[in-house]
Amino acid sequence: MENGILQVVVYLLILLACVKPLGWYMAQIYENKACVINRLLRPFEYFIYKLSGIQPEQEMGWKKYLSSLLLFNFLGFLAVYATERLQCYLPLNPQHFTGVPANISFNTAASFITNTNWQAYSGEQTLSYFTQMVALTAQNFLSAATGMSLLVAFIRGLARHETHSLGNFWVDMVRSILYILLPLSFILALVLSSQGVIQNFKPYQKASLLQTINYQHAKIDSAGLSIKDINGNPILENVTITEQEIPMGPVASQVAIKQLGTNGGGFFNTNSAHPFENPTPLSNFLEMLAILLIPAALCYTFGIMVKDKRQGWAIFLAMFILFIPLVTMTIYFEQKGNPALTHLSIDQTIKPNLSSGGNMEGKETRLGIVNSALWANATTASSNGSINAMLDSFMPLSGLACIWLMHLGEVAFGGVGSGLYGMLMLVIITVFIAGLMVGRTPEYLGKKIEPYEMKMVTVAVLIMPLAVLLLTAVASVTKMGVSSIGNPPLHGFSEMLYAFTSMGNNNGSAFAGLQVATPFYTIAGGIEMLLLRFWIAISVLAIAGSLSHKKLIPTTSGTLPTDTLLFVILLIGVASVLGALTFFPTLALGPIAEYLKLGAFYGN
Amino acid sequence: MTIIKQFKIAFILLILMTLLTGGLYPALVTGIAQILFPFQANGSLIKLNNKVIGSQLIGQSFTNENYFWGRPSETTPFPYNASNSAGSNYSALNKDYLSTIKTRSEQLQKNNPKKQGLIPVDLVTASGSGLDPEISPTAAIYQAARIAKARKIPEEKILSLITKFTKNRSLGILGEPRVNVLQLNLALNNL
Repeated sequence: MENGILQVVVYLLILLACVKPLGWYMAQIYENKACVINRLLRPFEYFIYKLSGIQPEQEMGWKKYLSSLLLFNFLGFLAVYATERLQCYLPLNPQHFTGVPANISFNTAASFITNTNWQAYSGEQTLSYFTQMVALTAQNFLSAATGMSLLVAFIRGLARHETHSLGNFWVDMVRSILYILLPLSFILALVLSSQGVIQNFKPYQKASLLQTINYQHAKIDSAGLSIKDINGNPILENVTITEQEIPMGPVASQVAIKQLGTNGGGFFNTNSAHPFENPTPLSNFLEMLAILLIPAALCYTFGIMVKDKRQGWAIFLAMFILFIPLVTMTIYFEQKGNPALTHLSIDQTIKPNLSSGGNMEGKETRLGIVNSALWANATTASSNGSINAMLDSFMPLSGLACIWLMHLGEVAFGGVGSGLYGMLMLVIITVFIAGLMVGRTPEYLGKKIEPYEMKMVTVAVLIMPLAVLLLTAVASVTKMGVSSIGNPPLHGFSEMLYAFTSMGNNNGSAFAGLQVATPFYTIAGGIEMLLLRFWIAISVLAIAGSLSHKKLIPTTSGTLPTDTLLFVILLIGVASVLGALTFFPTLALGPIAEYLKLGAFYGN
Repeated sequence: MTIIKQFKIAFILLILMTLLTGGLYPALVTGIAQILFPFQANGSLIKLNNKVIGSQLIGQSFTNENYFWGRPSETTPFPYNASNSAGSNYSALNKDYLSTIKTRSEQLQKNNPKKQGLIPVDLVTASGSGLDPEISPTAAIYQAARIAKARKIPEEKILSLITKFTKNRSLGILGEPRVNVLQLNLALNNL
């Protein structure tokens, strides 16, 4: 266990060490100050502006910024949808995959433009290399850059006063991609490929097996139906497999941005549990670092841009404190293992340097318990939908920790950009509640928080629980919802709750036993992802617009300081209470009930 | 008029950014990776007499007495189907799951009669990808006596092979110690 703790501590320390340099660098980029890379690539940046007809000096008000954002994402949506439908006519399709069905294409397009990366398909069985790269890898960049641009516009709204301009959406997009996401992805992709993440355009490779596999398989007639004998039992035939078909493709380039942009959509069905996406402990460590890197560093960028670094650190601290207890809880329950297996003479104890023990169902040997648990929390905390172990097979309370991190609204680090603007919504609520307690007009960073902002914050914060609970409720009482579940009822409920929580928070991971390729889950989920991402974007920009033209009011002794430990604790309280009050009943019906049942049957 | 202008910007920028991030970037990474790390970038393939017999990173199914067995695999329609990665997604209390575990552990006890103790957890639980190439050293040691008997060689020889093929934690800290099953079995054939 000492090694397990060491792995977590090393991870957190390295993450912490990256916050300041990267956060500073991003602030330089967004404030258009000269830095090495942007000086080198400046001609290229301006060439892009020239080709697209962008006037970089032209500032936008919140409505213009919003309409540009929506228009750009809408076109991206159409591009992904069309590419998937037409992939059979497009190049780089060595496996000759056919066009993707309409409902799955809709769901995937919605999923990738909203930075969710929920996947209702199996990558290696469905998508051509062209679709993976041009539709999905590209949207990994664009959706991440959209989140970052939106955040930067919001920060400008806080930092500026008596103006209507929030910056230029096109410029923020280009700079986010060119100077932040691309260089980081490029380096990470190469390091990952050195570890064994594949990167090529070859057709799937045949390999002859050391030991042949024999299995029985129902005989199928020309119409694709199984042939039955006189008694109505399917006739089985013996099949011998002598070869393995090893998948190929441009994987490293996609894995790098899927982690850095908190996207999470895997090239393969099993995502980063697949050895070709995550072959070694070192690749695992770097991918895990990439997941929280930008969301954490943006706190520091925020501090610089509002000219008060303590404000950035205060938010970082709140995120950190929300994150740690859940990691501890997940590792504890996964390492303890499944009490039901103890009754079957299975050894789940940890053996230093020999075996990680614990609940190994759905986990990879090279990663073991600690890395799988830490990953599960890092991804659910950050709206990154990648997985390196099957969350459906986690113990009930570790599954709860993952759902809970999403129920907070993806604010404990959260998605790139979206995590921090989500947290800033909660900061405004906290300031408001604190203001009510002491009977003063609430203020944040010298700006008065008035009814308009509070209405918009409420609109932004309440839509998520509303959509998640409503859709989970619909799924629980209809055949189209329930028929997809892949485990006994209590856990089946958790699967549905997880699905709509994940899509509603633009996370993208799943309790994957649920069959989600059905019309209900693809269409309802697709609408949910789009609605929440852009609904929140609208309210965030509306608040930014309103704050930007307010006057700065001087700090007095009556002003509530928002950079103190007291405020951090208050903020954590508000985040937890909002999450707990809205979602506790569902958690009690799912994971908590399952935990109690497990205890009643096998003891805890 | 401004809307048309805005649309034009959005359209051209989308094409440019797609070319850059979805075309140029993966192509450039492929080019460099193929020059610097050709073995890894092409799937860490193991070749014997110029014929591909597997990948260091993708497991294969073993059920014979004289081979090390890997993690159970839940890929369909047969185990270790490399082009269809999948986990079981069984929940902790699922009855099918518990009966599967029971069947597997009885099979293991039957095949390893000399081992009376508890069964290592990774030998009865399915991996996340269904393609896990590795098992824990504990799981390998558990099978040593069986393989020694089937191959009629002393158990010490098998154990020293396990030690030789055990990969320790990266940098002494990260990940878990493990043994690659396919490489171990290839080495067994060369003993």
